[in-house]
Amino acid sequence: MAKNTLSSRFRKLDIDEFDENKFVDDHDEAVDNQGPDGAEIDNLIRQGDMMTAFHIALRNPPVNTKNPAIKERALAIVLRVLTSFKSSDIEPAVKSLDRSGVDLLMKYIYRGFKKPSDNSSAILLQWHEKAFAVGGLGSIVRVLTARKTV
Amino acid sequence: MSLYSFGLEPLSCHAWNKDRTQIAVSPNSSVVIIYEKKGNEWAKIHELTEHSGRITGIDWAPDSNRIVTCASDRNAYVWTLKDKVWKPTLVLVRINRAATFVKWSPLENKFALGSGARLISVCYFEKENDWWLSKHIKKSIRSTVMCLDWHPNNILLAAGSSDFHCRIFSAYIKEIEDKPGPTAWGAKMPFGEMLLETKDCGGWVHSVSFSPSGDHLAWVAHNSSISVADATQGKEMTQLTTDRLPLVSVLYVSPTEMVAAGHDCCPFQFSYKGPGSLKFVKKLDIPKQTSRGSMSAMQHFRNLDKKATDDESNELGCLHQNSITQLCIVSGTKAHVDKYSSVGLDGTPVTFNMAPS
Repeated sequence: MAKNTLSSRFRKLDIDEFDENKFVDDHDEAVDNQGPDGAEIDNLIRQGDMMTAFHIALRNPPVNTKNPAIKERALAIVLRVLTSFKSSDIEPAVKSLDRSGVDLLMKYIYRGFKKPSDNSSAILLQWHEKAFAVGGLGSIVRVLTARKTV
Repeated sequence: MSLYSFGLEPLSCHAWNKDRTQIAVSPNSSVVIIYEKKGNEWAKIHELTEHSGRITGIDWAPDSNRIVTCASDRNAYVWTLKDKVWKPTLVLVRINRAATFVKWSPLENKFALGSGARLISVCYFEKENDWWLSKHIKKSIRSTVMCLDWHPNNILLAAGSSDFHCRIFSAYIKEIEDKPGPTAWGAKMPFGEMLLETKDCGGWVHSVSFSPSGDHLAWVAHNSSISVADATQGKEMTQLTTDRLPLVSVLYVSPTEMVAAGHDCCPFQFSYKGPGSLKFVKKLDIPKQTSRGSMSAMQHFRNLDKKATDDESNELGCLHQNSITQLCIVSGTKAHVDKYSSVGLDGTPVTFNMAPS
């Protein structure tokens, strides 16, 4: 059949990269957080100290880094903590967070929703209900509008 | 509190005349309709039909009685009343994208126009050639300008943009005014000078408002937050994140109190007393007293079965039934507002009384 014999190399070019009006996010000089420490969290989960594990997991969120591996690792750690919680312990844990902590928890919950594993959705939904009771619609709006995602 | 429905279309914007007997509204189309209050009713008296695109901003200058309108057709017109008819004059704004917002300056000798062309057009009247000219402020703005507010000194202009920043520029036009004195925001103010740029607000900045003295600047962003920048405290910014839907309009009603409204369909009051002290005060709408008629047990269970609720009403518990898009002062000055009006997507302007607090 007829084949286009002209070069099609131009089709691999992303023209939007060359747009001089392209919007680039502000370069943030903030500290590049590396995410929570996996070993420390494992220790605490084994000891049964869920509250401390929870707080440490939510410290140093890797929001500024562009490295997806770091983000994946942090997400895995946080999800492990969240799924190991007993249902009755969820509410006091959420109440112990401040405003920005609740927003961060909501971000992790929605990221967890994106890739559901065996029974993570059920416990995540319980987390979502408790976090929504404290954070309200505003915390969910902030998950949607955040440029620096977890 | 009073309410009057102008129909079913959402109202994009509104402006009052000086004695608040007339209101100019745009029902989400390319026309502006002016209604006059006749007793308890509003009667349509004028229709302004020069624009070819959807009207995005209306402002009515109270003293000089001129209306400026801007639309998505990249034009702005200044309307003057001659022989009881409103006559338009085209303004050369020189933008290549839609206009989004327009506001007269406090002395009404110029107005500022925000646009999707990533610039602000400050327009003034040049007497020799009898036309409106414009000067552009482009510096640092990287996306659509969504809202504007003038500082009481007639020179500084605050702009909120969808590049997540709020900025203050100088709009000093040497052809028509004297050099301004220094303010808390800065001393050197050549045209286009940027005196403040906030850090990333977390969302598009929907609305900005200067405080009555001009020393504080409040803005609301799409991440459901309200923030204030304080010039007297080294331009320090305080942000309050709310647990509600985003607010899209904010208005100072006293030196410390502000009213904001948005997608939650009712106005809220916030108070700023100093850095770190930005607090939510209360919800400002009186919920409708729905009269619940007596329901038989059969009806009760039938509702539970059909609608999963036994609540008969299908209205929101507040005066507006859809998002509020704009707030405007009706009576009083910014330092002491007695009444303010709100319009929204439900086509019903509501006038609220500001309770003395």
